[in-house]
Amino acid sequence: MSRIDLPSLASAAQDEVARQMSICNACRYCEGLCAVFPAMELRRVFEGPDTDYLANLCHNCGACYYDCQYAPPHEFAVNVPQALAELREESYARYAWPGFMAPVFERNGVWIALAAGLSVALFILGFALWSDPGALTASGNFYAVMPHNAMVAVFAPAFLFPLVAIALSLVRFWRLTGPTPGLTFAALRQATRDAATLRYLDGGGMGCMTQSERPDTWRRRFHHLTFYGFLLCFASTSSGTIMHYVLDWPAPYAWWTPPKLFGVPGGLGLVIGAAGLIWYDRARDGRLRPAKQTGMGAAFTWTLLALGATGLALYWLRETPAMGVLLAVHLGTVFAFFITMPYGKFVHGLYRYAALVRHAYEQKRAHP
Amino acid sequence: MSWDVLIAGGGNAALCAAIAAAKDGARVLVAEAAPRAWRGGNTRHTRNCRIAHDEGNGILTGPYPVDEFMDDLMRVTKGRTDEELATLTLEKSKELWDFLEDQGVRFQPSLGGTLSLGRTNAFFLGGGRSMLNALYRTAEDAGVEVRYDTRVAALDIEDGFFKGATLERDWQNGGPEREEVTARAFVAAAGGFEANIDWLKEAWGDAAENFLIRGTPYNTGGVLRQLLDAGVQQVGEPDQCHAVAIDGRAPKFDGGIVTRLDCVPFGIVLNAEAQRFYDEGEDFWPKRYAIWGRLVAAQPEQVGHVLIDAKSINLFMPSVFPPERADTIEELAGKIGLDPAATRATVDAFNAACVPGMFDHAAHDDCRTEGLDPPKSHWARPIDTPPFYAYSLRPGITFTYMGVRVNADARMVMEDGSVSPNLFAAGEIMAGNVLGQGYLAGIGMTIGSVFGRIAGERAAAYVSN
Ligand SMILES: Cc1cc2nc3c(=O)[nH]c(=O)nc-3n(C[C@H](O)[C@H](O)[C@H](O)COP(=O)(O)OP(=O)(O)OC[C@H]3O[C@@H](n4cnc5c(N)ncnc54)[C@H](O)[C@@H]3O)c2cc1C
Ligand code: SF4
Ligand code: SF4
Repeated sequence: MSRIDLPSLASAAQDEVARQMSICNACRYCEGLCAVFPAMELRRVFEGPDTDYLANLCHNCGACYYDCQYAPPHEFAVNVPQALAELREESYARYAWPGFMAPVFERNGVWIALAAGLSVALFILGFALWSDPGALTASGNFYAVMPHNAMVAVFAPAFLFPLVAIALSLVRFWRLTGPTPGLTFAALRQATRDAATLRYLDGGGMGCMTQSERPDTWRRRFHHLTFYGFLLCFASTSSGTIMHYVLDWPAPYAWWTPPKLFGVPGGLGLVIGAAGLIWYDRARDGRLRPAKQTGMGAAFTWTLLALGATGLALYWLRETPAMGVLLAVHLGTVFAFFITMPYGKFVHGLYRYAALVRHAYEQKRAHP
Repeated sequence: MSWDVLIAGGGNAALCAAIAAAKDGARVLVAEAAPRAWRGGNTRHTRNCRIAHDEGNGILTGPYPVDEFMDDLMRVTKGRTDEELATLTLEKSKELWDFLEDQGVRFQPSLGGTLSLGRTNAFFLGGGRSMLNALYRTAEDAGVEVRYDTRVAALDIEDGFFKGATLERDWQNGGPEREEVTARAFVAAAGGFEANIDWLKEAWGDAAENFLIRGTPYNTGGVLRQLLDAGVQQVGEPDQCHAVAIDGRAPKFDGGIVTRLDCVPFGIVLNAEAQRFYDEGEDFWPKRYAIWGRLVAAQPEQVGHVLIDAKSINLFMPSVFPPERADTIEELAGKIGLDPAATRATVDAFNAACVPGMFDHAAHDDCRTEGLDPPKSHWARPIDTPPFYAYSLRPGITFTYMGVRVNADARMVMEDGSVSPNLFAAGEIMAGNVLGQGYLAGIGMTIGSVFGRIAGERAAAYVSN
């Protein structure tokens, strides 16, 4: 796709980022703080796609706001974290597939809460109708409540559709931000390392500044717990699927099996991490957030917290009569998580990863 | 209220003094005239500090011995420096990396476009405001009380002995709240007087009305005036200052670093009468940009116009404001308010005088003019490829040099040569002792940190006796 026939003219959020970036490009004091500034320096003009790329490279560590000599009340009114956050949320909608789902991003918190509530209710109701209501309170056996094949019939499409939707959105994002001839594995490796260590969520080494100009490492720690907790939960589910289908070894699984060994620490990581992020964000400096509130971040963190909490509850209470209801709530949450995945904050990780790959690629070319 | 040490100012010098004094046990009050959001004077606009060191350290790319630093200082000041204080400053600058790092300041390699300073200057990670934030955090943790929006309005000094001061809180809005405070020592770290246009006019005449002030509007020299009136010896002359040519569209105050323009060597500079007035290609821009402030200040209306063409537009650091642009010289002249015919004639004369050569913006190339007055010695290429671009230039004042005389203890020296027991000074307000004229990038912070520390330590030692 050529860069001229862009779908539309630059949006207001893109214009604002372009305005601020041309100030930063003449200043460059923040060059050492993160990837955004070196990426900016490779450009002299900032077209819409460039700004979307820069926005997704930012980790919102806050440092460049407190460090900026042109931050409001200065008339230049530079607030890079806020401008990039605002554009970042907008960019998710711009690349979303299918396009008609884009408006969901605008009032994201509300939509996701609705989807989650509905899914959970449907699952409880569905169980009660599907099996006999008695199974809801019969402890121990999940498949008495919902036969395994039924679970698969519901979850396979709910999982596959988001995968396709996200993959297509990601391809659109990758293409629009320009061609990358000669892209190598080295760039992927570098980006993976940067993403896995949250290299840029550290204010250039001092720590993030998201509550005040006193740097701290809490946000980074909670993010790590959440991210790795999520990965472990994912590994737990995947290993369960393999055991079921490949090894012909159906649940329930003992504590020493991979689904449990991954699942329990994963659930704990999700709960502590997500709860920590929610707690920490309450004191977050409002000036770093998008002026236009979509509730996107909060909705996502709460969903993750619910995922972890219901999963753990199920693990500990499965031998009690609460099992049936808990299972319904947990599966409802998982379902809601999946179907809203392409239209919520979940995509931030993927776009950011794509941006990090491009960054590694560009820097290697510019400074071989 | 009574304090051990009262410090006027809230920039690098003030904070270094406050931290040093508080760590030596003194009860310190810092009065900063600016509101919190604007705290830190010109320090908030800085990016580096020049320090002597015997070895590179991974960020500083190589050694910069005191002797070489001294040679550089002698060259720019043409010997106008107090040698004892200069030696002391450069020697003590060796400690600054560790000292600042201990206060939480972090460093980064030199920024893109400033590679020539990578060996000599320590760049602050995140710039001067980040550096200041670290100093404020450390000062607060050490028990220093900082009052914003509070200026030192009057000093009670008797025969060179400091007794107390009048503070004015909330002095900008409504009636100021006055408070008399006593302290056993006073550190003046309130910067120069570059933001006081009336004072500048005493030295520069009405031309000063058209000066732009690159830094804080709060450095109006009130404390300096009080000290001179109380009999402290003056160093330097009021017209000595660091003045560069900056983008004429910069705000009156606080435009900071982004308003600098690096395009002069690639074009020609015309005054309001569409005439050239100086060799634009005399030397590399970092070596020349500090003379262009004065050059432009001497032109009618204190304005200059740089004209360049499409060949050069990408050769210099991006500018914060886009240039004026046109397809013909005449149209461009119209846009910037110059006479089109006169502009055309000047450009034609310049173009005709350019001798062919091998253009190389990274070297003193052989593209120059012949038979033109003033000549352009390097990087002279005909301005003939549209679109044509123009930037306007105005004098931008960085800071003034006139200040108070101090000795090696940072104690003020009185007019009769006696030394005050409890009046100290640090930073811009005394930089003229070391920097009689000229400028060396990054030495403002060096002087402020070195003398700030000395002032804080000596003041604390004085009050504990
Ligand atoms: C755009 C720009 C870039 C610069 N870059 C560099 C650089 O990279 N490296 C370098 O070494 N130097 C640089 N300088 C010079 C440097 O800023 C000064 O040398 C340095 O800030 C001086 O420190 P200071 O603490 O003495 O003064 P300042 O940092 O200016 O602080 C003076 C303080 O005094 C306060 N004040 C004034 N009057 C009163 C009063 N009556 N009562 C109470 N408080 C008062 C002000 O509000 C201010 O907080 C730069 C200057 C500018 C303008
Ligand atoms: S955020 Fe501010 S200080 Fe940092 S590069 Fe941009 S303009 Fe400069
Ligand atoms: S907020 Fe942090 S990550 Fe984002 S641009 Fe600023 S310094 Fe970089």
